[in-house]
Amino acid sequence: MNLELNQDRQMIRGAAEDFLSAYSDSAKVRAAHAAGGIDAEAWRRIAGELGWCGIAIAEEHGGLGLGLFELALLQEQAGRFLLAAPLFATACLAAPLLAEAGTDAARQHWLPALAAGELTATVALSARGLDPFAVGDGMYAGRDGDDYLLTGRCRHVPHALGADLVIVAARFSANVESTALFALPADAATLTPLATLDQGRPVAELRLNGVRLPAEARLDDGDAAAIVRGLSRAAIALAAEQLGLALQCLDLTVAYVLERQQFGRPIGSFQAVKHRLAETMVKVEAARSAVYGAAAEADAGISDDELLLAAASAKTVADAAARFAAQEAIQLHGGVGFTWEYDPHLYFKRAQAFSHWLGSADAWRERVAAKLLEDAA
Amino acid sequence: MSEQIESLRRELADWLTPRLAGQFGQLRHRGGPGDEDALGAERKEWEQELARGGWSCVGWPTEHGGRGLTIAEQVAFHEEYARLGGPGRMGHIGEGLIGPTLIAFGTPEQQQRFLPGIVAGTEFWCQGYSEPNAGSDLANVQTRAVQDPATGHWRVHGQKVWTSLAHESDWIFVLARCEPGSQGHKGLIFLLMKLDQPGVEIRPIRQLTGTSEFNEVFFDGAIAEAGHVVGAPGDGWKIAMALLGFERGVSTLGQQMHFAHELELLVDTARQNGAAKIPAIRARLAEAALGLKVLRANALRMMAGADDGQLHREALSYKYAWSNWHRELGQLAADVLGPDGDVIDGELNRLQQVYLFSRSDTIYAGTNEIQLNLIAERALGLPREPRPNANPKG
Repeated sequence: MNLELNQDRQMIRGAAEDFLSAYSDSAKVRAAHAAGGIDAEAWRRIAGELGWCGIAIAEEHGGLGLGLFELALLQEQAGRFLLAAPLFATACLAAPLLAEAGTDAARQHWLPALAAGELTATVALSARGLDPFAVGDGMYAGRDGDDYLLTGRCRHVPHALGADLVIVAARFSANVESTALFALPADAATLTPLATLDQGRPVAELRLNGVRLPAEARLDDGDAAAIVRGLSRAAIALAAEQLGLALQCLDLTVAYVLERQQFGRPIGSFQAVKHRLAETMVKVEAARSAVYGAAAEADAGISDDELLLAAASAKTVADAAARFAAQEAIQLHGGVGFTWEYDPHLYFKRAQAFSHWLGSADAWRERVAAKLLEDAA
Repeated sequence: MSEQIESLRRELADWLTPRLAGQFGQLRHRGGPGDEDALGAERKEWEQELARGGWSCVGWPTEHGGRGLTIAEQVAFHEEYARLGGPGRMGHIGEGLIGPTLIAFGTPEQQQRFLPGIVAGTEFWCQGYSEPNAGSDLANVQTRAVQDPATGHWRVHGQKVWTSLAHESDWIFVLARCEPGSQGHKGLIFLLMKLDQPGVEIRPIRQLTGTSEFNEVFFDGAIAEAGHVVGAPGDGWKIAMALLGFERGVSTLGQQMHFAHELELLVDTARQNGAAKIPAIRARLAEAALGLKVLRANALRMMAGADDGQLHREALSYKYAWSNWHRELGQLAADVLGPDGDVIDGELNRLQQVYLFSRSDTIYAGTNEIQLNLIAERALGLPREPRPNANPKG
């Protein structure tokens, strides 16, 4: 597996950093929070001239054909700068799910438009939210001739309001193996936006009551393992965003403790403070190793079991790093860390929210334990 | 490239497997971290067997008797060796530390005298750095070396401590103070000394494991020959630090294979004794497995970025990361064993060794606290701790 940050990768990372540091600074992020969680200008450029949505989509579908590694580099910067735009939902969740689990027809229909940044997309995964271990739960698909009838609800559909394509996971029976994916036209969805602590990643609840979809709306061909693969890739991309969050918390806090004076010296000269930040860096580096390692493995082509392990290591370790770094950012900023005005709380809230998206660390660990111990709890 | 590595792995496996199944069977998976005092004489014989097969000093240049393997090939060698249960290397300090130092800084005479014995597995080395008052503050060396004007030899007085495997070794490299009144990094000398001579006394330290890998070494007028100074007198610190930089992490993946073997034993034990049914134990076993996977990715990042001469964050944080992971594994091993972990059946079993010996991982080669200082200062740019004895450029 290739973990080298070669020149191309450094350019991708540098370009993303340059763009987001200008277009997603604290003032713009806060303005986007007040505007429903989307910085429309930043998103127009990201989807348009910057072409980020197509970076990991295959060339045959109009993308750049680069890997999850390159997408993770973009996501890392999105995390650092608290990007308020549906990059994750579109390019990291919907696109890999379609690429892995979609039929040829579905991929040819949807991926080129996604790669071109013409569409925003999202996925309604389950009643419990973005839970890959409960995919399809709470949404039932019935048949009426060739048509499908969808009934149920999904919580926490990210960036759902305004999405051009909502992919809905539904089951034909209670069995998770019978999960199918459907393309829901935007006007067929009943979406209720939910007020959230993290205002930059709006979520909505989707309710469907016997919505009729034609046979062509079915996106997958019944391969449950392919859905898990798509969601594992999404989890790695989300972990990359957590890595960026963690890194930025560390950097913000290092800058603050070097500037803030108490007892006649910078508080960053006290060993109690230095050690907290050093521990944070160890966790950030672990997250970077986990995310880069997982992305490189996924790009190298590995078995489904190995991909699950890779996603588990990236997600659990990056979640832990982001939560710890955000906690320490608030702590080491002292009183101002508890204010609305300073940024640490924005990272804190997002790190917490993300840690429940695409499987909590607890759920991933139990999944890994079952593999490791060759049993099912 | 990867084909070359695959054929190296196969060649090693073809050589190693029958030996570890036959004549050297009792050494399989023995002598690793925490088990280093096991089967000393047999492991020395093994070193010679390795040498006969051309598997010692594989990273050394061929003109010095090595195999001239690339970094990637060395990594593959160490990984495959440990995966197949290759015994812990008695020759590690010679091969990994003093040998490369002599290749870089030694005189031709020193190279001719010492390198062949390391390659052949017939001369074993230990490291004389730490002293009772020079642990984390290593530059506070008090051992004295005084030159005899008649012979040019150096007479050494003082004490070293935590000397791994001194009782199994033939030679020791010693950091000593050769300029009376000097302080810190200045005025030090790097000496090569025979252990079997008057004025050297080795006393084993009984560790909390009950075993004795570590020793105290006392010098009372013992001699280092005039020609056995590496670098010039006064350059000791530079040589000592360069030596620590030689390993470059190539044996790291081998160490991780030992860890993987320990984790396998732990998982088997948990399944057998029912601990695997406890949800919190399951979660901790999964966390350990995922943590080891991350250590591997960390090591591969270190290899991928090894050539630009900078101290990268992944390298600075690695010691803290693996040692604390391993200490956690030790605690988990004790918790999986339960009350049986307190019962000694003859000698410590492998998991008991991990539990006890891993307490030292976060102390030797830079304690947790020193590691955090290094990370805070070198990687994050936070103000340095006051170091009155140190050269401010450090």
